Parts: sequence; C-alpha cells; structure tokens
Amino acid sequence: MASLETNQAAPAISAEHLVRRFGRFTAVNDVSFRVEKGEIFGFLGPNGSGKTTVIKMLTGLLPLSGGEAYVEGLDVRKDPESVRERIGYMSQNFSLYHDLTVAENLKFYGRIYSLEPARLKRRMDEIIQLNGFGPYVDRLAAQLSGGWKQRLALGCAMLHEPSLLFLDEPTAGIDPVARRQLWDLLFELSGHGITFFVTTHYMDEAERCSHVAYIYFAKLIADGTPNSLRELPDVQPAGTIRVEITTPEVTRALRLARQIPGIRSATIFGQSIHALIEDRFDLDDLRELLLKHGISVAEIRPLAPSLEDVFVELTYKHQAQLEAARA
Amino acid sequence: MPSTFRGLGAVFYKEVLHVRRDFTTLFFSLIIPLLQMVVLGFGIDTNIRQVNTVVYNADGRRESRELIDRLRNSDTFRVIRYVENDHDLTDAIVSGRARVGIKVPVDYSDRLIHNMSAQVLVLIDGSDSSVAGQAINVTTAIGLDESLRRVLPDRSTFAVDMRPKLLFNPDSRSPNFFLPGLTAVLLLNVTTFLTAFSIVREKERGTLEQLFVTPVRPMGLLLGKLLPYLGIGFFELCMILAFMRFVFQVPIHGNVFLLAFLSLPYIFVSLSLGILISSKANSQGEAIQMAFLTILPTIFFSGYIFPRETMPMFFYIISFFVPGTYFIDITRGIILRGAGFTHLWVDGLALFTMGSLLLIVAARRFHNKIIMA
Repeated sequence: MASLETNQAAPAISAEHLVRRFGRFTAVNDVSFRVEKGEIFGFLGPNGSGKTTVIKMLTGLLPLSGGEAYVEGLDVRKDPESVRERIGYMSQNFSLYHDLTVAENLKFYGRIYSLEPARLKRRMDEIIQLNGFGPYVDRLAAQLSGGWKQRLALGCAMLHEPSLLFLDEPTAGIDPVARRQLWDLLFELSGHGITFFVTTHYMDEAERCSHVAYIYFAKLIADGTPNSLRELPDVQPAGTIRVEITTPEVTRALRLARQIPGIRSATIFGQSIHALIEDRFDLDDLRELLLKHGISVAEIRPLAPSLEDVFVELTYKHQAQLEAARA
Repeated sequence: MPSTFRGLGAVFYKEVLHVRRDFTTLFFSLIIPLLQMVVLGFGIDTNIRQVNTVVYNADGRRESRELIDRLRNSDTFRVIRYVENDHDLTDAIVSGRARVGIKVPVDYSDRLIHNMSAQVLVLIDGSDSSVAGQAINVTTAIGLDESLRRVLPDRSTFAVDMRPKLLFNPDSRSPNFFLPGLTAVLLLNVTTFLTAFSIVREKERGTLEQLFVTPVRPMGLLLGKLLPYLGIGFFELCMILAFMRFVFQVPIHGNVFLLAFLSLPYIFVSLSLGILISSKANSQGEAIQMAFLTILPTIFFSGYIFPRETMPMFFYIISFFVPGTYFIDITRGIILRGAGFTHLWVDGLALFTMGSLLLIVAARRFHNKIIMA
C-alpha cells in the first residue's frame, strides 16, 4: 500500500480550477483554493451555490469536468479509494443507523475502515471518552437528541483517525449549547493537527474559522482569513468608513440612509444600521442630518466589517460585474 | 480481503444486527408465506369433481335411470336438480346454477331395446375450459363404455386394453402438484423484498451516501447485504418444505438435501433481483411496485400454472429468462419424480449464472451511482 504514504509537505486540499457541469448547467465554475494542514476551513455560500458539489468532487463521489484536485497530496481522480481511507465525512443529516446502539454504530465504521480489534477498541474508548458517551453506549441512536446524534456522527467519521474531516453543515438544527460544544471540540482537534472542511450558514461560525471561502453561484468570490477578507479593497474601498448607527427607529432610518448621497450601502442589524459611508462625512454631521428628519440617534461609531458585510459587499460587486459583462 | 469486496465483513455484521433488532418484523414477513401456503394449499383443488349438473330425464325408465346413476357415480357430476322441460334445463346453465345439463330423450330406452342408436344431449358451459374439458371426457367415456357393454357378450374382454398408469402423484392429489411450484413463488416474494428494502431504507435515511464516502466497494456492500438474507431465505425455504411435507403430506421422492442445496442458487437470484431493484428504486413504495412486477412472470411463464410447452414461441423464449422456470423444474423434479443431481445440475447452474449477472449489473449501477450521486 505505497499509496498510503502521505506527502507531508502537501496541503490538506489543493483544488485547481475545479469545474463540474451537469449537462448544460455549470454547478462549479473554475474554483481554486488551498487548505493547509490543521486549518479550520469554512466553506460558505447560499443553498444551491455548489458547496455540496465541491465536497463530492473532493471526496471522489463526482468526477471532475475539469481542473485538478489533490487531497492529502493524492490525486482524487486517480486514487479516490486512498483518499477515502484518510478522510472522514459527516453529512448534513447525521447518517446514523437508528436501530443500532452508539457502540454498534462506532464498531461498524471501525470495521468499514478495517481497524484491527485492538486499535478499534482503543479508538472506541477514546471517542467515547472524548464525547462523553459513557452512559449512552448501549442506547439506540434513535433515542439520542439532535446534539448527541451529531456527536455520534462525528465520532463515526473520525474513528479511523482521518487527517481531514469534511463536515457538511454540522450544526444545522441542533441547539446552541451543542453547537458551542462542537466548535470547542473542533478547536481542540485542530490543535492536534486535524484539518476541517466545514460548510455552514452561520456567520458566527464563519468568524471562528481560520480560513474562509465564499462560493456564489458556482464561482468562488472570497478566499482568505477572516481578517484579510475584512481588509479587501472591495469590502472597504479607499475613502470610506463603516459605521454602526444605533437608533430606536431602524426601519425609517434605513429608508432615509439609502437616500443620502455618500452613504454607499446600509443594512439593518438588530437595533442598529451598518452603513458604508464616504469619509468626507463627519459623524456628528450625519447625526444632525438624521435628527433633522426626526430620527433620534443613540450612537454612531466606526465599525470593523463583519464577515456578513464582507460577503454582502463581494456579492454585490460580483453581481455588478456579471451585469456589466452581460451588457 | 481483496479490495473488490472491501467492507463485506462490516456490512454483514451490521445487517445481522438490523435483523436481530427487528426480529418481529422479520418473523411476520416469514410467517405470511406459510399462511398463504395454508390458504392456497387447502383452498385450491386442480382436480375437477362434483360439477353442478341439472338433469332432464324425459324417458324415466330403467335404462335411463341407470345412465344417470353412472354419471353420478363418476364423481365428476353432482346432480343438483331434476327438471321437466327444455326451458328449465337451459335456464339452469345460463343462470350459472349448473355447469352441465343432461337431457335423456323420451325414446332413449325404446331405441336401446330395439338395438338402435340412442342419443343423449349434454349441454356444457364452456366458460371454464378445464371444467368443460373434464365434462366432455367423462360423458364421452361413459357413453363409449355403455355402448361397448351392450354390443359385447358378457365376460368377454376388450381387444385393446389401454392401462394408463400415473407414475408420479398417482392419486392426482392437487397439493402434490401445486405446492412445489408455489414454493418458488412464495420464496421469490419474500427474498426479493428483503434485500430491496434493506438497501432502499439506507437510501431513504441517507446512510448509503455516507457509506459511499468510505472505502467500501460496491461488491463488498452488496454481498454483505446479500449473505445474511441468503441464510434467512434458506431458513424460510426449510419452513415451507416442512409445511409441505408434514401439513400437506406431500411426499418428497428425491433427496431433500439436494433440494435444499439446489434452492440456494434460486434464493441467490431472488436476492440479487431485490438488489437490482434497490439500485433503481428510491423509496420503499417504488421498490414494492417493482418487486410485484417480478411475481406475475413467475406465476405465468414459469410453467407453474400453464405448461411451457404449449406457450406461443415468444413466451416460451421468455420463460427461459424467468428464474422460477428452473426452480420449478428442480422442485417438481426432486419432490415428485425423485430426480437426482445429474438431472438437475443444469437448472442450478442456470440460476447461479443469472444471479451472478444480476449482481454484477447491480454493482455496476451502484458504482456509477457512487460517482454520479
């Protein structure tokens, strides 16, 4: 099994100009990115934008229509079986066998990966310990709550000690405590050198990733650390600042803000508005202006862009480019 | 383990757990065929006897009464009514109350006494061909016999004496003929569903997709699913055979171990068929519909009900592709005729080949699906 030797220097994932077509529809269009070992890579994008398709291509479930993909230094097109030996995958719906117990689910996956009995036992003990399954080992998977199901699914996916784990929306539909616990676990594991490829819809989860990418209708439109993305010129154009305007009348304030020239964009965040304004504005003048229209303003303060701001800005820009190209 | 069969052991282990956990469902799915066998075994008699008959005896003298008695004693006819005119005779048949109407003319005895040919009218309802055929045969035979007795001197013998001897199933007991064939249908029914459901359930739960991301190979997955159910199918076969032997008293003339051995390839075909179905069906409902499609050909084209030799050429050729054809050959061969391995190995080989082909096709389909999911 010479192919099992991993190239230590290679990145965990290297995707180069990935293309996937279904008939005339292009689901993934020239997507390139690299994931280094030990990163928590957050892969974001709206539903149907190609996230799951990319995962399927990287795990060898879908042939590539174009481009190259290397996972742990192995060519996915040539050696999908070796790739599958060293990755773990947890699907959106925690695909467990409900009529099997916690221990039986784990044992089954252990056998799938042909772990020797001694190693299987050691790994099962470790996973049970790590996840606190102790009292539940003989409970049927069907009787577990959502959070426990998700932990069990994760346990099954990492029993064979993969160096790279794909988690497809691991926190969809589970409670906030379980969500927090999962992320704590991911950080701990990533500290041991395991790489994570995580898709999510939650922006707060994206903020926790060490590396994020955003796919929008088959095209990758953002790729970098959260901080580097915040500093992109497209997100924070020269001569602009981002401010948070706190006011009791957010809806009216938003309608107004969108009419003021010099305010490039504005969005509601709870009791406040995030706006991108030209830096010729004095913040006090802005407050005056709003007050003149009968909107009392509690606070206006400069703000670093959130990842949501980043993706919104990049999406607008991408759409503008598409329209320009069409015209 | 060779990599083609990667995952076989793990999937086998898991399937056995599924079966153990849900033993009651499985138990009932195994009991139902036995119940069907009881109902069909007791309820269906392919021998035709006691056909409802109406008689219009316009003569009424001794010779005519003797003739009626002979018809009644044949066991084929049961006289339900005597009528007094032609209209009532026809009406009894048209209304469906009787299948056969016999009219003895008023001059029957006179003509016999004067050594003239006497005619008897036999009206037969042709809407059921087997009843009609039996009625024709028996009335003709009785007429012929009656005539011979009158022309031949007493105690003389027939010049040609045909002595038919039924070699197998001498009493023409229906279960003996009917149940070995029924075994094929019942077994197909259960086993096809076992594998089809087992895989479609995983599709519905999403666990199949999960398996595809592991190093499991299609053949490992499919054989791991198939083998536990081969054991269950074999157990079911033994139960059906035991029922046939001890409840319905069907004697097994050949070697029962050979029968058990040669039914393995048949169970294998049925299970592979179930797997092929599961590669196409996306829900249990779809799987049920497709599995039912396999049952009718097994009943009609396998020789179970209609002899294959009398089929039109097209259907005769089709019958070669119906697994039941070979298995019914095996069951009837061993149970009724006491046939041995030398007579039946071809059937076993044909079944094994079919099963392997179906499995390979299914594995290819799953392989492509892994890549196309």
